[in-house]
Amino acid sequence: MAWNPEADVIEVVRGPDKPGGAGGLYRAFGETLRGLKTTFGQLRMGVDTIQYPEEKVPVYPRFRGRHQLHRFEDSGLEKCVGCSLCAASCPADCIRVVAAENTPENRVSAGERYAAVFEINLSRCIFCGYCEVACPFDAITMGHEYELSAANRSDLIFTKEMLLAEPLERTPLRAEGE
Amino acid sequence: MNLNVPFALVGYIEPWWMVVIKSIVFAVIGLQLVPIVLLMERKILGRFQNRYGPNRVGPYGMMTPIADVIKLLSKEPFRPKTAIGWLFELAPVLSIVAAFGALALIPYGPVVDIFGTATGLYGIDVSIGALYLFAFGAVSFYSVMLGGWASGSKYSFLGSMRACAQLISYEVPQGMALIGVIMTAQTMSLTGIVEAQQAMWFIVPQFFGFIVFMVASFAETNRPPFDLAEADAELTGGYNTEFGGSKFTLYFFAEYLNLIVLSGVATAIFLGGWLLPFGIDAPNWVGPFVVIFKMLLFVTFFIWVRATLPRLRYDQLMSLGWKVLLPLATLNALVTAIVVVVF
Repeated sequence: MAWNPEADVIEVVRGPDKPGGAGGLYRAFGETLRGLKTTFGQLRMGVDTIQYPEEKVPVYPRFRGRHQLHRFEDSGLEKCVGCSLCAASCPADCIRVVAAENTPENRVSAGERYAAVFEINLSRCIFCGYCEVACPFDAITMGHEYELSAANRSDLIFTKEMLLAEPLERTPLRAEGE
Repeated sequence: MNLNVPFALVGYIEPWWMVVIKSIVFAVIGLQLVPIVLLMERKILGRFQNRYGPNRVGPYGMMTPIADVIKLLSKEPFRPKTAIGWLFELAPVLSIVAAFGALALIPYGPVVDIFGTATGLYGIDVSIGALYLFAFGAVSFYSVMLGGWASGSKYSFLGSMRACAQLISYEVPQGMALIGVIMTAQTMSLTGIVEAQQAMWFIVPQFFGFIVFMVASFAETNRPPFDLAEADAELTGGYNTEFGGSKFTLYFFAEYLNLIVLSGVATAIFLGGWLLPFGIDAPNWVGPFVVIFKMLLFVTFFIWVRATLPRLRYDQLMSLGWKVLLPLATLNALVTAIVVVVF
Protein backbone atom coordinates (compact mmCIF):
# COMPACT_ATOMS: atom_id res chain seq x y z
CA MET A 1 0.00 0.00 0.00
CA ALA A 2 1.28 3.39 -0.96
CA TRP A 3 2.28 5.70 1.86
CA ASN A 4 -0.22 8.45 2.35
CA PRO A 5 1.51 11.46 3.87
CA GLU A 6 -1.80 13.06 4.75
CA ALA A 7 -2.27 10.76 7.73
CA ASP A 8 1.08 11.69 9.24
CA VAL A 9 0.70 15.43 9.00
CA ILE A 10 0.62 16.94 12.48
CA GLU A 11 -1.09 20.26 12.86
CA VAL A 12 1.04 22.60 14.95
CA VAL A 13 -0.99 24.86 17.17
CA ARG A 14 0.61 28.25 17.52
CA GLY A 15 -0.24 31.28 19.59
CA PRO A 16 -2.74 33.85 18.30
CA ASP A 17 -0.03 36.09 16.82
CA LYS A 18 3.66 36.58 16.89
CA PRO A 19 5.45 37.26 20.18
CA GLY A 20 6.49 40.66 21.37
CA GLY A 21 4.76 44.00 21.13
CA ALA A 22 1.92 45.36 23.17
CA GLY A 23 -0.29 42.33 22.38
CA GLY A 24 2.40 39.98 23.63
CA LEU A 25 2.80 41.98 26.80
CA TYR A 26 -0.93 41.93 27.44
CA ARG A 27 -1.04 38.19 26.78
CA ALA A 28 1.92 37.55 29.07
CA PHE A 29 0.19 39.49 31.83
CA GLY A 30 -3.03 37.53 31.30
CA GLU A 31 -1.20 34.22 31.25
CA THR A 32 0.58 35.14 34.47
CA LEU A 33 -2.76 35.79 36.12
CA ARG A 34 -4.03 32.49 34.76
CA GLY A 35 -1.00 30.73 36.24
CA LEU A 36 -1.60 32.38 39.60
CA LYS A 37 -5.20 31.18 39.47
CA THR A 38 -4.04 27.63 38.71
CA THR A 39 -1.65 27.51 41.66
CA PHE A 40 -4.34 28.98 43.88
CA GLY A 41 -6.60 26.14 42.79
CA GLN A 42 -3.95 23.69 43.98
CA LEU A 43 -4.09 25.41 47.36
CA ARG A 44 -7.74 24.50 47.71
CA MET A 45 -7.20 20.88 46.67
CA GLY A 46 -5.65 20.04 50.01
CA VAL A 47 -2.67 17.87 50.86
CA ASP A 48 -1.78 14.44 49.50
CA THR A 49 1.09 13.70 51.86
CA ILE A 50 0.98 10.50 53.91
CA GLN A 51 2.67 11.22 57.24
CA TYR A 52 4.81 8.10 57.00
CA PRO A 53 6.05 6.98 60.38
CA GLU A 54 2.67 7.69 61.96
CA GLU A 55 0.56 6.76 58.97
CA LYS A 56 1.41 3.88 56.67
CA VAL A 57 0.27 2.91 53.24
CA PRO A 58 -1.52 -0.46 53.59
CA VAL A 59 0.20 -3.28 51.72
CA TYR A 60 -1.47 -5.85 49.48
CA PRO A 61 -1.98 -9.36 50.91
CA ARG A 62 0.57 -10.79 48.47
CA PHE A 63 3.17 -8.14 49.32
CA ARG A 64 6.56 -9.81 49.81
CA GLY A 65 8.12 -8.37 52.95
CA ARG A 66 10.35 -10.00 55.52
CA HIS A 67 10.13 -13.81 55.84
CA GLN A 68 8.32 -15.56 58.62
CA LEU A 69 8.65 -19.12 59.89
CA HIS A 70 5.52 -20.84 61.15
CA ARG A 71 4.48 -23.34 63.78
CA PHE A 72 1.51 -25.70 63.83
CA GLU A 73 -1.21 -23.96 65.71
CA ASP A 74 -2.42 -27.01 67.64
CA SER A 75 0.81 -28.72 68.68
CA GLY A 76 3.14 -25.74 68.60
CA LEU A 77 5.72 -27.74 66.63
CA GLU A 78 7.72 -25.99 63.93
CA LYS A 79 6.62 -26.64 60.39
CA CYS A 80 10.18 -26.49 59.06
CA VAL A 81 11.81 -29.90 58.71
CA GLY A 82 15.23 -28.61 57.71
CA CYS A 83 15.12 -29.89 54.12
CA SER A 84 17.12 -26.91 52.77
CA LEU A 85 15.01 -26.63 49.63
CA CYS A 86 14.58 -22.93 50.33
CA ALA A 87 18.33 -22.50 50.54
CA ALA A 88 18.71 -24.40 47.29
CA SER A 89 16.13 -22.30 45.50
CA CYS A 90 17.46 -18.97 46.76
CA PRO A 91 19.03 -17.03 43.87
CA ALA A 92 20.78 -14.63 46.24
CA ASP A 93 22.14 -17.46 48.39
CA CYS A 94 21.06 -15.78 51.59
CA ILE A 95 19.51 -18.70 53.51
CA ARG A 96 21.58 -21.01 55.69
CA VAL A 97 19.99 -24.17 57.12
CA VAL A 98 21.69 -26.72 59.37
CA ALA A 99 19.46 -29.67 60.07
CA ALA A 100 19.42 -31.91 63.15
CA GLU A 101 17.55 -35.10 64.08
CA ASN A 102 14.43 -34.95 66.22
CA THR A 103 14.57 -37.21 69.24
CA PRO A 104 11.62 -38.26 71.44
CA GLU A 105 13.02 -36.15 74.29
CA ASN A 106 13.63 -33.12 72.15
CA ARG A 107 10.92 -32.87 69.54
CA VAL A 108 11.06 -29.60 67.68
CA SER A 109 9.36 -30.18 64.36
CA ALA A 110 6.68 -32.47 63.03
CA GLY A 111 8.99 -34.35 60.67
CA GLU A 112 12.07 -36.52 61.17
CA ARG A 113 14.53 -33.65 61.25
CA TYR A 114 14.37 -30.00 62.20
CA ALA A 115 16.36 -26.89 61.42
CA ALA A 116 18.91 -26.41 64.18
CA VAL A 117 20.16 -23.26 62.49
CA PHE A 118 18.00 -21.23 60.17
CA GLU A 119 19.45 -17.88 59.17
CA ILE A 120 18.41 -15.42 56.52
CA ASN A 121 20.84 -12.69 55.59
CA LEU A 122 18.40 -9.90 54.75
CA SER A 123 21.15 -7.67 53.44
CA ARG A 124 21.45 -10.14 50.54
CA CYS A 125 17.80 -11.16 50.16
CA ILE A 126 16.13 -9.87 47.02
CA PHE A 127 12.57 -10.66 48.24
CA CYS A 128 11.79 -12.82 45.22
CA GLY A 129 9.66 -15.30 47.19
CA TYR A 130 11.23 -18.43 45.66
CA CYS A 131 11.83 -19.87 49.15
CA GLU A 132 8.12 -19.61 49.86
CA VAL A 133 7.36 -21.43 46.60
CA ALA A 134 9.99 -24.10 47.19
CA CYS A 135 8.91 -24.97 50.73
CA PRO A 136 6.91 -28.25 50.76
CA PHE A 137 5.33 -27.58 54.17
CA ASP A 138 4.52 -23.84 53.92
CA ALA A 139 6.92 -23.35 56.80
CA ILE A 140 8.43 -20.16 55.38
CA THR A 141 6.28 -17.38 53.94
CA MET A 142 6.92 -13.82 52.97
CA GLY A 143 5.44 -11.53 55.63
CA HIS A 144 4.39 -7.93 55.36
CA GLU A 145 7.11 -6.13 57.30
CA TYR A 146 9.14 -3.76 55.20
CA GLU A 147 10.83 -1.57 57.82
CA LEU A 148 14.08 -3.46 57.84
CA SER A 149 16.77 -0.92 58.57
CA ALA A 150 19.52 -1.74 61.04
CA ALA A 151 22.53 0.08 62.42
CA ASN A 152 25.00 -2.52 61.15
CA ARG A 153 25.05 -5.41 58.74
CA SER A 154 25.21 -8.21 61.27
CA ASP A 155 21.86 -7.03 62.68
CA LEU A 156 20.31 -7.92 59.34
CA ILE A 157 21.09 -11.64 59.73
CA PHE A 158 17.83 -12.95 61.12
CA THR A 159 17.96 -16.12 63.19
CA LYS A 160 15.28 -18.77 63.56
CA GLU A 161 13.96 -17.27 66.80
CA MET A 162 13.57 -13.87 65.17
CA LEU A 163 11.81 -15.35 62.16
CA LEU A 164 9.47 -17.43 64.30
CA ALA A 165 8.49 -14.54 66.56
CA GLU A 166 5.31 -12.61 65.97
CA PRO A 167 6.05 -9.20 64.47
CA LEU A 168 5.95 -6.40 67.05
CA GLU A 169 3.75 -4.24 64.90
CA ARG A 170 1.38 -5.37 62.21
CA THR A 171 1.68 -3.69 58.84
CA PRO A 172 -1.73 -2.39 57.72
CA LEU A 173 -3.20 -4.61 55.06
CA ARG A 174 -5.52 -3.69 52.25
CA ALA A 175 -8.22 -5.89 50.80
CA GLU A 176 -7.40 -7.81 47.64
CA GLY A 177 -9.99 -6.03 45.52
CA GLU A 178 -8.95 -2.53 46.63
CA MET B 1 24.66 76.11 43.38
CA ASN B 2 24.41 76.56 47.11
CA LEU B 3 26.30 73.76 48.83
CA ASN B 4 25.37 74.88 52.33
CA VAL B 5 21.97 73.26 52.01
CA PRO B 6 22.10 69.89 53.79
CA PHE B 7 22.01 66.97 51.41
CA ALA B 8 19.32 65.21 53.36
CA LEU B 9 17.09 66.43 56.11
CA VAL B 10 16.77 63.84 58.85
CA GLY B 11 13.71 64.45 60.96
CA TYR B 12 14.83 63.66 64.49
CA ILE B 13 12.20 64.72 66.99
CA GLU B 14 13.10 62.42 69.83
CA PRO B 15 16.04 62.56 72.29
CA TRP B 16 19.14 60.51 71.45
CA TRP B 17 18.40 57.71 73.93
CA MET B 18 15.02 57.14 72.33
CA VAL B 19 16.75 56.82 68.95
CA VAL B 20 19.01 54.11 70.38
CA ILE B 21 16.09 52.17 71.90
CA LYS B 22 14.08 52.62 68.72
CA SER B 23 16.82 51.32 66.45
CA ILE B 24 17.35 48.26 68.65
CA VAL B 25 13.62 47.54 68.68
CA PHE B 26 13.26 47.86 64.90
CA ALA B 27 16.36 45.76 64.26
CA VAL B 28 14.92 43.06 66.53
CA ILE B 29 11.54 43.24 64.80
CA GLY B 30 13.26 42.88 61.44
CA LEU B 31 15.33 39.93 62.63
CA GLN B 32 12.26 38.28 64.13
CA LEU B 33 10.37 38.62 60.88
CA VAL B 34 13.04 36.65 59.00
CA PRO B 35 12.31 33.25 60.59
CA ILE B 36 8.59 33.91 60.32
CA VAL B 37 8.93 34.63 56.61
CA LEU B 38 11.20 31.61 56.16
CA LEU B 39 8.66 29.30 57.76
CA MET B 40 5.79 30.99 55.92
CA GLU B 41 7.55 30.47 52.63
CA ARG B 42 8.11 26.78 53.21
CA LYS B 43 4.64 26.15 54.59
CA ILE B 44 2.78 28.09 51.90
CA LEU B 45 4.96 26.72 49.12
CA GLY B 46 4.18 23.27 50.46
CA ARG B 47 0.45 23.91 50.33
CA PHE B 48 0.77 25.16 46.78
CA GLN B 49 2.40 21.85 45.91
CA ASN B 50 -0.17 19.73 47.78
CA ARG B 51 2.14 18.90 50.68
CA TYR B 52 2.45 20.03 54.28
CA GLY B 53 5.86 21.61 54.28
CA PRO B 54 8.08 21.27 57.33
CA ASN B 55 6.13 19.92 60.33
CA ARG B 56 8.62 17.82 62.28
CA VAL B 57 10.68 20.22 64.40
CA GLY B 58 8.56 21.63 67.20
CA PRO B 59 4.79 22.11 67.06
CA TYR B 60 3.70 22.55 63.44
CA GLY B 61 7.37 22.68 62.47
CA MET B 62 7.74 26.12 64.00
CA MET B 63 11.30 25.49 65.16
CA THR B 64 12.49 24.63 61.63
CA PRO B 65 14.15 28.02 60.92
CA ILE B 66 15.99 27.85 64.24
CA ALA B 67 17.13 24.31 63.53
CA ASP B 68 18.23 25.55 60.12
CA VAL B 69 20.31 28.35 61.54
CA ILE B 70 21.86 26.10 64.19
CA LYS B 71 22.80 23.66 61.46
CA LEU B 72 24.34 26.40 59.33
CA LEU B 73 26.24 27.97 62.21
CA SER B 74 27.70 24.69 63.38
CA LYS B 75 29.19 23.94 59.98
CA GLU B 76 32.88 24.01 59.22
CA PRO B 77 33.99 27.46 58.06
CA PHE B 78 35.27 26.49 54.65
CA ARG B 79 37.34 28.75 52.49
CA PRO B 80 38.55 27.92 48.99
CA LYS B 81 42.26 28.19 48.22
CA THR B 82 41.55 30.71 45.49
CA ALA B 83 39.45 32.99 47.71
CA ILE B 84 40.66 36.57 47.82
CA GLY B 85 41.66 37.52 51.35
CA TRP B 86 39.50 39.72 53.48
CA LEU B 87 37.02 40.46 50.69
CA PHE B 88 35.72 36.92 51.09
CA GLU B 89 35.00 37.68 54.74
CA LEU B 90 33.68 41.18 54.12
CA ALA B 91 31.15 40.47 51.35
CA PRO B 92 28.52 38.63 53.46
CA VAL B 93 28.80 41.22 56.23
CA LEU B 94 28.27 43.97 53.67
CA SER B 95 25.09 42.28 52.45
CA ILE B 96 23.52 42.11 55.91
CA VAL B 97 24.63 45.65 56.75
CA ALA B 98 22.95 46.97 53.61
CA ALA B 99 19.78 45.03 54.38
CA PHE B 100 19.66 46.40 57.94
CA GLY B 101 20.35 49.92 56.70
CA ALA B 102 17.33 49.77 54.43
CA LEU B 103 15.24 48.21 57.20
CA ALA B 104 15.45 51.47 59.15
CA LEU B 105 13.41 53.16 56.49
CA ILE B 106 10.14 51.26 56.94
CA PRO B 107 7.58 53.45 58.72
CA TYR B 108 5.43 51.53 61.21
CA GLY B 109 3.35 54.46 62.35
CA PRO B 110 3.15 58.22 62.82
CA VAL B 111 4.71 60.22 65.62
CA VAL B 112 3.20 58.93 68.85
CA ASP B 113 3.56 59.73 72.50
CA ILE B 114 5.49 57.04 74.42
CA PHE B 115 5.69 57.84 78.17
CA GLY B 116 5.66 61.55 77.47
CA THR B 117 8.30 61.40 74.71
CA ALA B 118 7.23 62.15 71.17
CA THR B 119 8.52 59.22 69.12
CA GLY B 120 8.21 58.46 65.44
CA LEU B 121 7.40 54.82 64.82
CA TYR B 122 10.05 54.51 62.12
CA GLY B 123 13.76 53.88 62.22
CA ILE B 124 14.72 57.04 60.40
CA ASP B 125 12.72 59.62 58.48
CA VAL B 126 14.94 61.14 55.81
CA SER B 127 13.80 63.72 53.31
CA ILE B 128 15.32 61.57 50.53
CA GLY B 129 13.62 58.33 51.59
CA ALA B 130 13.44 56.66 48.21
CA LEU B 131 17.01 57.60 47.30
CA TYR B 132 18.20 56.22 50.64
CA LEU B 133 16.52 52.95 49.75
CA PHE B 134 18.23 52.78 46.36
CA ALA B 135 21.56 53.73 47.90
CA PHE B 136 21.43 50.75 50.24
CA GLY B 137 20.17 48.58 47.40
CA ALA B 138 23.27 49.59 45.47
CA VAL B 139 25.52 48.74 48.42
CA SER B 140 24.00 45.29 48.51
CA PHE B 141 25.10 44.83 44.85
CA TYR B 142 28.64 45.22 46.08
CA SER B 143 28.19 42.33 48.47
CA VAL B 144 26.93 40.15 45.65
CA MET B 145 29.67 41.22 43.26
CA LEU B 146 32.49 41.03 45.80
CA GLY B 147 31.19 37.73 47.10
CA GLY B 148 31.22 36.18 43.64
CA TRP B 149 34.56 37.67 42.71
CA ALA B 150 36.35 36.99 45.98
CA SER B 151 35.45 33.30 45.99
CA GLY B 152 37.74 32.76 43.02
CA SER B 153 35.39 30.28 41.39
CA LYS B 154 34.00 30.61 37.89
CA TYR B 155 30.47 29.64 38.86
CA SER B 156 30.38 32.22 41.62
CA PHE B 157 31.81 34.79 39.27
CA LEU B 158 29.27 34.04 36.54
CA GLY B 159 26.49 34.18 39.10
CA SER B 160 27.64 37.50 40.48
CA MET B 161 28.01 39.00 36.99
CA ARG B 162 24.48 37.92 36.17
CA ALA B 163 23.19 39.20 39.47
CA CYS B 164 24.79 42.60 38.99
CA ALA B 165 23.53 43.02 35.45
CA GLN B 166 20.07 42.02 36.62
CA LEU B 167 20.03 44.21 39.72
CA ILE B 168 21.30 47.28 37.90
CA SER B 169 18.84 46.83 35.03
CA TYR B 170 15.90 46.46 37.35
CA GLU B 171 16.87 49.27 39.67
CA VAL B 172 16.18 51.69 36.81
CA PRO B 173 12.50 50.79 36.21
CA GLN B 174 11.99 50.44 39.96
CA GLY B 175 13.20 54.00 40.48
CA MET B 176 11.16 55.26 37.56
CA ALA B 177 8.07 53.57 38.96
CA LEU B 178 8.55 55.44 42.21
CA ILE B 179 8.83 58.80 40.48
CA GLY B 180 5.10 58.81 39.78
CA VAL B 181 4.38 58.28 43.47
CA ILE B 182 6.90 60.91 44.52
CA MET B 183 5.34 63.45 42.16
CA THR B 184 1.86 62.70 43.44
CA ALA B 185 2.88 62.85 47.09
CA GLN B 186 5.19 65.87 46.54
CA THR B 187 7.69 64.32 48.96
CA MET B 188 10.32 61.61 49.03
CA SER B 189 10.10 60.82 52.71
CA LEU B 190 8.27 57.54 53.25
CA THR B 191 6.27 58.85 56.20
CA GLY B 192 5.27 61.81 54.04
CA ILE B 193 4.20 59.45 51.27
CA VAL B 194 2.08 57.45 53.70
CA GLU B 195 0.45 60.60 55.02
CA ALA B 196 -0.33 61.71 51.45
CA GLN B 197 -2.44 58.54 51.07
CA GLN B 198 -5.11 59.59 53.57
CA ALA B 199 -7.67 60.04 50.81
CA MET B 200 -6.69 57.15 48.56
CA TRP B 201 -3.93 54.53 48.57
CA PHE B 202 -1.46 55.03 45.74
CA ILE B 203 -2.14 51.55 44.40
CA VAL B 204 -5.24 53.02 42.69
CA PRO B 205 -3.89 56.14 40.92
CA GLN B 206 -0.43 54.62 40.41
CA PHE B 207 -1.54 51.15 39.33
CA PHE B 208 1.02 50.82 36.52
CA GLY B 209 3.71 52.13 38.79
CA PHE B 210 2.70 49.48 41.31
CA ILE B 211 2.95 46.67 38.77
CA VAL B 212 6.34 47.84 37.51
CA PHE B 213 7.57 48.26 41.06
CA MET B 214 6.43 44.77 42.02
CA VAL B 215 8.00 43.09 38.98
CA ALA B 216 11.23 44.98 39.59
CA SER B 217 11.07 43.99 43.27
CA PHE B 218 11.09 40.33 42.30
CA ALA B 219 14.30 40.96 40.39
CA GLU B 220 15.80 43.12 43.13
CA THR B 221 15.27 40.47 45.79
CA ASN B 222 16.55 37.68 43.53
CA ARG B 223 13.29 35.83 43.91
CA PRO B 224 11.83 33.46 41.36
CA PRO B 225 11.02 33.99 38.49
CA PHE B 226 14.07 36.25 38.41
CA ASP B 227 16.43 34.16 40.52
CA LEU B 228 19.02 33.97 37.78
CA ALA B 229 21.76 34.95 40.19
CA GLU B 230 21.46 31.59 41.85
CA ALA B 231 19.97 29.52 39.04
CA ASP B 232 20.88 26.24 40.68
CA ALA B 233 20.51 24.18 37.53
CA GLU B 234 23.06 26.28 35.64
CA LEU B 235 25.31 27.83 38.24
CA THR B 236 25.25 25.36 41.15
CA GLY B 237 24.12 28.20 43.40
CA GLY B 238 25.41 31.45 41.94
CA TYR B 239 27.43 34.03 43.80
CA ASN B 240 27.14 32.20 47.12
CA THR B 241 28.39 28.83 45.85
CA GLU B 242 31.61 28.95 47.85
CA PHE B 243 30.09 30.36 51.01
CA GLY B 244 29.12 27.97 53.76
CA GLY B 245 28.26 28.01 57.41
CA SER B 246 27.94 31.39 59.03
CA LYS B 247 28.86 33.34 55.89
CA PHE B 248 26.07 31.68 53.98
CA THR B 249 23.75 32.36 56.91
CA LEU B 250 24.47 36.06 56.52
CA TYR B 251 23.66 35.98 52.81
CA PHE B 252 20.57 33.93 53.53
CA PHE B 253 19.34 36.35 56.19
CA ALA B 254 20.14 39.35 54.02
CA GLU B 255 18.13 37.88 51.17
CA TYR B 256 15.05 37.45 53.31
CA LEU B 257 15.62 40.77 55.04
CA ASN B 258 15.68 42.40 51.61
CA LEU B 259 12.40 40.71 50.84
CA ILE B 260 10.93 42.10 54.06
CA VAL B 261 12.33 45.56 53.39
CA LEU B 262 10.89 45.69 49.90
CA SER B 263 7.55 44.42 51.20
CA GLY B 264 7.63 47.15 53.82
CA VAL B 265 8.52 49.81 51.27
CA ALA B 266 5.80 48.62 48.92
CA THR B 267 3.39 48.73 51.86
CA ALA B 268 4.36 52.29 52.72
CA ILE B 269 4.34 53.52 49.15
CA PHE B 270 1.39 51.78 47.56
CA LEU B 271 -0.72 50.26 50.34
CA GLY B 272 -1.00 53.24 52.65
CA GLY B 273 1.44 52.08 55.34
CA TRP B 274 -0.25 52.17 58.73
CA LEU B 275 -3.52 53.60 57.35
CA LEU B 276 -6.60 51.43 57.43
CA PRO B 277 -8.80 51.24 54.32
CA PHE B 278 -11.98 53.31 53.84
CA GLY B 279 -10.70 56.05 56.13
CA ILE B 280 -11.25 54.02 59.31
CA ASP B 281 -9.65 55.89 62.17
CA ALA B 282 -7.69 53.59 64.43
CA PRO B 283 -5.66 54.32 67.58
CA ASN B 284 -1.95 54.75 67.01
CA TRP B 285 -0.90 51.43 68.50
CA VAL B 286 -2.72 49.59 65.68
CA GLY B 287 -0.34 51.09 63.10
CA PRO B 288 2.62 48.69 63.47
CA PHE B 289 0.34 45.66 63.35
CA VAL B 290 -1.34 46.96 60.21
CA VAL B 291 2.06 47.51 58.59
CA ILE B 292 3.31 44.05 59.52
CA PHE B 293 0.07 42.48 58.28
CA LYS B 294 0.37 44.24 54.94
CA MET B 295 4.04 43.30 54.71
CA LEU B 296 3.22 39.64 55.25
CA LEU B 297 0.53 40.00 52.61
CA PHE B 298 3.20 41.11 50.14
CA VAL B 299 5.48 38.28 51.27
CA THR B 300 2.65 35.82 50.63
CA PHE B 301 2.28 37.24 47.14
CA PHE B 302 6.02 36.80 46.55
CA ILE B 303 5.69 33.16 47.62
CA TRP B 304 2.61 32.66 45.46
CA VAL B 305 4.48 33.92 42.41
CA ARG B 306 7.43 31.70 43.28
CA ALA B 307 5.10 28.71 43.25
CA THR B 308 3.69 29.75 39.88
CA LEU B 309 6.21 31.11 37.42
CA PRO B 310 9.21 29.35 35.91
CA ARG B 311 12.58 31.06 35.75
CA LEU B 312 13.14 33.40 32.82
CA ARG B 313 15.91 32.93 30.29
CA TYR B 314 18.64 35.54 30.65
CA ASP B 315 17.89 37.43 27.41
CA GLN B 316 14.18 37.40 28.25
CA LEU B 317 15.03 38.89 31.62
CA MET B 318 17.04 41.68 30.05
CA SER B 319 14.50 42.49 27.37
CA LEU B 320 11.69 42.51 29.94
CA GLY B 321 13.62 44.98 32.03
CA TRP B 322 14.76 47.37 29.34
CA LYS B 323 12.11 47.01 26.64
CA VAL B 324 8.96 46.59 28.70
CA LEU B 325 9.32 47.79 32.26
CA LEU B 326 11.45 50.85 31.61
CA PRO B 327 9.16 52.30 28.87
CA LEU B 328 6.11 51.50 31.02
CA ALA B 329 7.63 53.20 34.04
CA THR B 330 8.71 56.21 31.99
CA LEU B 331 5.27 56.53 30.45
CA ASN B 332 3.73 56.28 33.88
CA ALA B 333 6.01 59.02 35.18
CA LEU B 334 5.22 61.24 32.17
CA VAL B 335 1.46 60.81 32.44
CA THR B 336 1.62 61.43 36.19
CA ALA B 337 3.65 64.58 35.59
CA ILE B 338 1.09 65.90 33.12
CA VAL B 339 -1.79 65.07 35.45
CA VAL B 340 -0.05 66.67 38.43
CA VAL B 341 0.73 69.87 36.51
CA VAL B 342 -2.59 70.23 34.67
CA PHE B 343 -5.03 69.36 37.46
